[in-house]
Amino acid sequence: MRDWSLHLLDLMENSLRAASTRVELSLALSQDGALDIILRDDGFGMDRDFASLATDPFTTTRTTRKVGLGLSLAQHNAELTGGYLELLSEPGCGTRVHICILTSHIDCLPLGDLAQTMASLILLNHDKTDFTLDMSSPMGSEHFSTKVIKEVLGDEVALNEPEVITYIKDLLSEQSQTVFGGILL
Amino acid sequence: MKTLQELEAIRQKTLDRISMRKEDKEVAVRIVIGMATCGIAAGARPVMATFMEEIERRHLHSVNLTQTGCIGMCRLEPIVDVFTPDGGKVTYVNVTPEKVRMIVADHVVNGHPVSEYTIGAVDAQA
Repeated sequence: MRDWSLHLLDLMENSLRAASTRVELSLALSQDGALDIILRDDGFGMDRDFASLATDPFTTTRTTRKVGLGLSLAQHNAELTGGYLELLSEPGCGTRVHICILTSHIDCLPLGDLAQTMASLILLNHDKTDFTLDMSSPMGSEHFSTKVIKEVLGDEVALNEPEVITYIKDLLSEQSQTVFGGILL
Repeated sequence: MKTLQELEAIRQKTLDRISMRKEDKEVAVRIVIGMATCGIAAGARPVMATFMEEIERRHLHSVNLTQTGCIGMCRLEPIVDVFTPDGGKVTYVNVTPEKVRMIVADHVVNGHPVSEYTIGAVDAQA
């Protein structure tokens, strides 16, 4: 992957495949440049044995091929910066992925276009899943939730109307600019 | 700054349009994009975003965008299937935002598949 926003899109696709109704993403940048990314869902979850193997590239539930690269590539890119990827999961209770990356490291990938990642996910999955995104840094913090958007839109207007998706994308671009500025982008 | 008032205005505009849309029965084109790890790594997200932009720009409200997982041909990703109301299905491979604009203009709007981007044409070269 070229940047973290693509890794996060990939990992959130896992959450959706596990039939999550809620996907919560938070990114917190600390003063020393460590970025903590926490992704939580309420999907099927995995049992302990499978979860411990999930970052292995030769572990997958898919039947079309024998490799599953999403988590292992993300883990690799986190470890390149001196960070780590930690997976906690419980069958029936969902999954939590914690990625810690040190943004001051020369091998750290850029954050990328998080707004486009969220907009694509919402466009394709608005009817089944609620998304939240929390961003914070020493420069400020922002909160986004599809529930708030849905309340304004009411029942007649769907979240995947092109104008609404564009609104969400612009809103999230503004939010990530406010919180992370040009540091990570 | 984006405000909730702005969203409220979008809601009103969309409601007006929806009531108009019910009258002219448009038939839907369905576009399916591969969004597994292989698709995302190969650039499926900007492809999806470009479809979205084109749909909004051309007001193609009868076009339906959806996603699928990995179908086992990772080397040809991003892969896009276009299903037309006449029952036709065309598979485009190695899709880029530039190709998306061509596919929307020629195929989705005017009904002529872009044969040089299809899986048949690309596979024949390989």
